[in-house]
Amino acid sequence: MLEQPHINLPEGSIEKHTNTLNLGPTHPATHGVFQNILEMDGERIVSAVPTVGYIHRAFEKLAERRPYYQITPLTDRLNYCSAPLNNLGWHLTVEKLLGIEMPKRVDYLRVIVMELARIADHLICNSVIGVDSGAFTGFLYVMQYRELIYEIYEEVCGSRLTTNIGRIGGFERNFTPVAMQKIQRFLDEYPAVLKEFETLFTRNRIFMERTQNVGGISAERALNYGFTGPNLRAAGVDYDLRVAQPYSSYQDFEFSIPVGTTGDVYDRFLVRNAEMWESLSIIKQAMEKLKDLPSDVYHADVPAYYLPEKDDVYTKMEALIYHFKIVMGETDILPGEIYNAIEGANGELGYYLISDGGRSPYRLHFRRPCFIYYQAYPEIIKGSMLSDAILTMSSMNLIAGELDA
Amino acid sequence: MSLTNDQIKSALEAKFGTEVGNFEESYGMLSFSAPKDLNLKVMQFLYDDETLKFRFMTDLTAVHYPDRVGEELAVVYHLHNLIDNVRLRFKVYTAVQTPQVNSATALFSSANWMERETYDFFGVDFVGHPNLVRILNVDEMDYFPMRKEFPLEDQTRIDKDDEMFGRGSHGDILAP
Repeated sequence: MLEQPHINLPEGSIEKHTNTLNLGPTHPATHGVFQNILEMDGERIVSAVPTVGYIHRAFEKLAERRPYYQITPLTDRLNYCSAPLNNLGWHLTVEKLLGIEMPKRVDYLRVIVMELARIADHLICNSVIGVDSGAFTGFLYVMQYRELIYEIYEEVCGSRLTTNIGRIGGFERNFTPVAMQKIQRFLDEYPAVLKEFETLFTRNRIFMERTQNVGGISAERALNYGFTGPNLRAAGVDYDLRVAQPYSSYQDFEFSIPVGTTGDVYDRFLVRNAEMWESLSIIKQAMEKLKDLPSDVYHADVPAYYLPEKDDVYTKMEALIYHFKIVMGETDILPGEIYNAIEGANGELGYYLISDGGRSPYRLHFRRPCFIYYQAYPEIIKGSMLSDAILTMSSMNLIAGELDA
Repeated sequence: MSLTNDQIKSALEAKFGTEVGNFEESYGMLSFSAPKDLNLKVMQFLYDDETLKFRFMTDLTAVHYPDRVGEELAVVYHLHNLIDNVRLRFKVYTAVQTPQVNSATALFSSANWMERETYDFFGVDFVGHPNLVRILNVDEMDYFPMRKEFPLEDQTRIDKDDEMFGRGSHGDILAP
């Protein structure tokens, strides 16, 4: 190798052996507003300083002035790739605070929606790992099925991305036959596509060499950093809230928790893929279970908390009274303090809610899994190549909305 | 035999005596508080003890209670024993004039950003934190927005005067 000729620097200047590289906040490869100030030695990363907060919207402060049912649209915008999970997590928290027992059918319908959301989130994450490593095709294969999932959301609640799905106490309307047909169509068609997607990547030599031993983290460090969800399971810890603390009748379903060993990009990819298969199986089981249940139950019988149907509001006195009381915040919410968590697409999505009995929460704190595990990013990418850092970021599935709340 | 809340309570009382208190159980989760200078000792004990094993920090945040004089700010830790699958909530209270609380970053790496966030919004000064600067808000901000003295809407705005929705009239907003 040729030695570089020594350059004589002016008197008083410091000789710098590394370069500073500003990655983001609007870099196309970061898929969101993330800024990292990297210290580079050639193409190796010496250190990274992440900056967050570019889309902070003060949801916790906003929630202190809103009645409970108006907080649901705020939760949409946390992890916007799987908004129904956030919505239903919030409903489940409030229902636990109020002690509302849900009918089995509502639980199963919720499970269907939540698992669809998990699939939508994971397929985006995994296909984007492909895009970032130079394999665009897989992304196009699965994208049309995310579209189908969005159509199902649309059929259930009327909107696609920020869903505001369901109400405290159930769903706002029953699942239409079209929605059921679309779910069935998804179950029939998606496995073949996912199989094809897996054949493109899983044993692909280029993909394996690109992702194995890249961005790994040990189970011990991952736990210390507060990792949860697929990223923790890729490191080999079988912690899944659906099993550890079942909610919404998850205990009625048979499914396994995929785990990895090394916690690298490849393992995260495999864990997410395997979870999609498990989610498909859960949806199938839920569809089977629904057949034995009365098909007209879609909310709990709690008129004091569940917003009544509009037709009833216009024609029935009681419905009008309850509607008025809920909208004006006159309902009695129990004072209490509760931490409730669900297994979000990225990990443990927690809601710490303090109610003083008023119309809005006294304090609401979201435990956002992204925010907590993103702080491990500088440690993970230290010493790796710049292009590997990009892959690591996409495999951790960082969602800017969830990060900044 | 899994760990019960009573076992945790008696282990804590055996170690710290009357220093720990306010034991409550809400929705199945044990909650207690300790003086703020003991927070690290309590968490270290919960971490090290062979039966307790609370080695996962789920969440760290703060709550502002302006009416409780001398203990306006509550720093709330949620810890999790992943082996027995037990959670607990641990609180320390501090006065808003002296918001110094020991940092848990040496014990849990995950506390780093959560403490920065808590500092950012409540002004809790975590002593021993390696890099206690604002994280989500702009660096130039000179107040702590999640404290209760800051109402949600900007009080200097004069374009909203709808009395029906609790915003008051112009006079009320601008009056000192």
